[in-house]
Amino acid sequence: MPTLTINEQEVTVENGTTVIEAAEKLGIYIPRYCYHPGLSLAGSCRMCLVEIEKIPALQISCYTVAQEGMSVSTDSQRVKKARQAMLEFLLSNHPLDCPVCDQSGECDLQNFYMEFGRYDSRFLENKVKKKKAFPIGPHVMLDQERCILCTRCVRYTDEVSKSNELGVFNRGAHSVIDLHPGKTLDNHYSGNVIDICPVGALTEREFRFQCRVWYLETQDSICNGCSRGCNISLHFNTSRSHKAGGKRILRVKPRYNPDVNHWWICDYGRFGYEFIDQNRIESPYVKDSSGLQMADWETALEKTAQVIKDSLETSGPESVGVVVSPQLSNEDLQLAHELFVEELKLTNVAVENPWEAPGVEDDFLLKADRNPNRKGAKKIGFEGDAQTILEKVSSGKVKVLYLFWHNFDSKEALELLQNVEHLIFQGVNWHQTAEVAQIVLPGVTHAEKDGTFTNFEGRTQRFQQALLPIGDALSDSEIIVRLAEKVGHPLSVSLKEAAV
Amino acid sequence: MPIVKLVSEYFGNEEARNLKWRLEHGGYEGARKMFREMEPSKVTEEVILSNLRGLGGAGFPAGRKWSFVPQNTDKPKYLTVNADEAEPGTFKDRYILEWDPHRLIEGIIICCYAVGIHTAYIYIRGEYVRPFERMQGAIDEAYEAGILGEKTLGQDFKLDIFVHRGAGAYICGEETGLLESLEGKKGWPRLKPPFPALVGAFGCPTVINNVETISHLPNIMMKGGQWFADLGCERNGGSRLFALSGCVKNPGVYELPLGTPLRELIYEHGGGILGDRKLKGIIPGGTSAAVLSADEVDIPMEFESLARAKSMLGSGAVIVLDETVCMVKALHNIENFFAHESCGQCTPCREGTMWVYRILSRIVDGAGTPSDLETLKALAENMSGTSICALCEGAAMPLRSFLEKYPEEFEYYVTHKRSMVEDLQKDSVLV
Repeated sequence: MPTLTINEQEVTVENGTTVIEAAEKLGIYIPRYCYHPGLSLAGSCRMCLVEIEKIPALQISCYTVAQEGMSVSTDSQRVKKARQAMLEFLLSNHPLDCPVCDQSGECDLQNFYMEFGRYDSRFLENKVKKKKAFPIGPHVMLDQERCILCTRCVRYTDEVSKSNELGVFNRGAHSVIDLHPGKTLDNHYSGNVIDICPVGALTEREFRFQCRVWYLETQDSICNGCSRGCNISLHFNTSRSHKAGGKRILRVKPRYNPDVNHWWICDYGRFGYEFIDQNRIESPYVKDSSGLQMADWETALEKTAQVIKDSLETSGPESVGVVVSPQLSNEDLQLAHELFVEELKLTNVAVENPWEAPGVEDDFLLKADRNPNRKGAKKIGFEGDAQTILEKVSSGKVKVLYLFWHNFDSKEALELLQNVEHLIFQGVNWHQTAEVAQIVLPGVTHAEKDGTFTNFEGRTQRFQQALLPIGDALSDSEIIVRLAEKVGHPLSVSLKEAAV
Repeated sequence: MPIVKLVSEYFGNEEARNLKWRLEHGGYEGARKMFREMEPSKVTEEVILSNLRGLGGAGFPAGRKWSFVPQNTDKPKYLTVNADEAEPGTFKDRYILEWDPHRLIEGIIICCYAVGIHTAYIYIRGEYVRPFERMQGAIDEAYEAGILGEKTLGQDFKLDIFVHRGAGAYICGEETGLLESLEGKKGWPRLKPPFPALVGAFGCPTVINNVETISHLPNIMMKGGQWFADLGCERNGGSRLFALSGCVKNPGVYELPLGTPLRELIYEHGGGILGDRKLKGIIPGGTSAAVLSADEVDIPMEFESLARAKSMLGSGAVIVLDETVCMVKALHNIENFFAHESCGQCTPCREGTMWVYRILSRIVDGAGTPSDLETLKALAENMSGTSICALCEGAAMPLRSFLEKYPEEFEYYVTHKRSMVEDLQKDSVLV
């Protein structure tokens, strides 16, 4: 446990801690490009040089291990000058095309120039020409001229995604990052290179030219893409949606959590946000002879309550089936349990969708279960398979089916659903199952409500509301609470509690 | 001081690379004596005593380098002989590889025995086709004769030597760049520490020595470390090869005791300046070394004196520049080399070397301005002491020294947009 001083402040750190980490502990930020805590050390950008007493040459703080009694300066004149020099070198061949660069506003070349640079340019030569703006994979664009060759992306593909697509080619000032021959940057985790690129060399194809980053708002969230529950930030803009084809969520970024996903997320999670803004059910619908018709909430809920009450009265609690979804939050599920199981005493309650195809699973982040809250649903008490309930539909025992979110992707199941006397669907997106329902109630996505998901390890994590519900949609909790009143079983929780 | 013939004994002798002839002329006698008389630790002691310095450029004492290799380790240890001779002006190792390859093999045997190594690599510059062929030929011969292999020189000591050819990169002469290249990777120098003596080739302890350094070992074994130390001067044992080139009458490789005055090398052994013209400057240790002005010509050619003169003995490549040489163009040529050979790994070198080269190109094209000289000076400073390896420093040293020692030529060039030296020549003062 060496104790060292950095800028005359003392700090004691674990053995093996580097100076850059020790400084961080004191809240002293040392600028860096190639250093990334999730990758091996390259020590090549030379941006994190610091002055250490008794060592004549400046040392890179990312590689220098803290020693007992070491005295480090991160802001001496010599250090400041060296940083300026490194920035000047890095920017000498940089195209300075910030006005058309997506990274602008969150670029470490811009940030560090403003904080540590501020020199007058004296580069008069022609810049080295390299390949600009070409796709290297389904999600990533590469601009070799903007690249400062920190090699974070190369080390990432070697060490984290272990897919080895990228390398450094040529040498000297003609060095470029590029794909190895015959490869494309197409793996389940390719999007992370966009985040770790400190400059505008690797940009997201989906996000390109959609929005300047300073117009983005962010909200902490949890990915709903699988049962890992990666911590994410939703980046959204609601005031300039004309710029992005009406989309509110413009990108998803990972949020550091050392216990779940570190710095990373998969491409499914990163690019799977389109369901939030596309193909949404924006209003309640009730079916009449000519098909589904828009309705107001009062009508739709009244009708739903009536259907349930009638069936309970005539055929008992066995005649109403409910299939909840592991996409719902713990709070939604808790209320659903109170209403359907505890109050209405329904027995045909399920959560599993046997027609849902399992996703890719690997030993990194992706889980085959593509739902964020199966563990939570189970803890609350939801179990059972939708197929058993559908069998009871076909035998006429179940007359009303209340279905949350699920799309039953099976011809046989769809035919059965059409035979249900009353199919009520509550969810967020239109799909073939929603379309055959008699009553459609629009719920909201995790981006539009607060709540928690419990991941496969049993870790319950909070997500927060980023957006207002789309159209007339209501949070699933609110729908359940309102419905409970209408069926004459008001729940003990207030709506405010339910929303937390 | 007189020319000595230690490693250069058989240069030019067509017979010397044949094993049979070489065995009749002292070949492998040093190694045999070592096996007969010495424990490995004694060999290292003798080499430390000899003051043999690393003759590739850095001049690190060879024996001390060996002593850093851990004795008790489960890992295999390696010797890597650096034959990636690519510093402009340097062509001494080539002579050893071509004319006396068995001396190098014998040296390798000695080093490996001292450090307890059973596998040695010779990393040879890709462009060196004939040296490679002759070296490989000698190794094949040595294997056939039982000199190498399971029983080195009939002793209970296994040794294998492999020749690895480079692919044409100066940076692979930097010892850790060399190791990366040897391992099949891009020749990017490593961060140090750890030094190769602890973590070298394939993650194992590794000795890296220059061809010439290793080739001195047989004589040290035969005649003793003290004898070798006495040949040279203080802390600089024995002799070394000087590769003399540039504006001299007799360019070539000369073996001289360390400490020989530079003047003697140029005027006695080199026969003086071409056309008996006036000396303008000397690059004393390859183009990475700072240039010496004509009035520094009496400097003794040994590591410490040159370091005091803010230059370096380096690889012993002496490039003589006379009054007909335009120093601006000479520097332009040198910096072109470094910009071309920078590996591109770290920022100051990748960007700095190219920037310097482009400014100099502009000056040479007649588009320079006085402020360019200020920029060049600042760049030389910013490129010093900030990079991973010494290449960047090697580009900054000539830059700084040329600007300091010949300011009038640079100022003339940026003011008149043409070379001062060429203008003088036009006035037919010079030929």
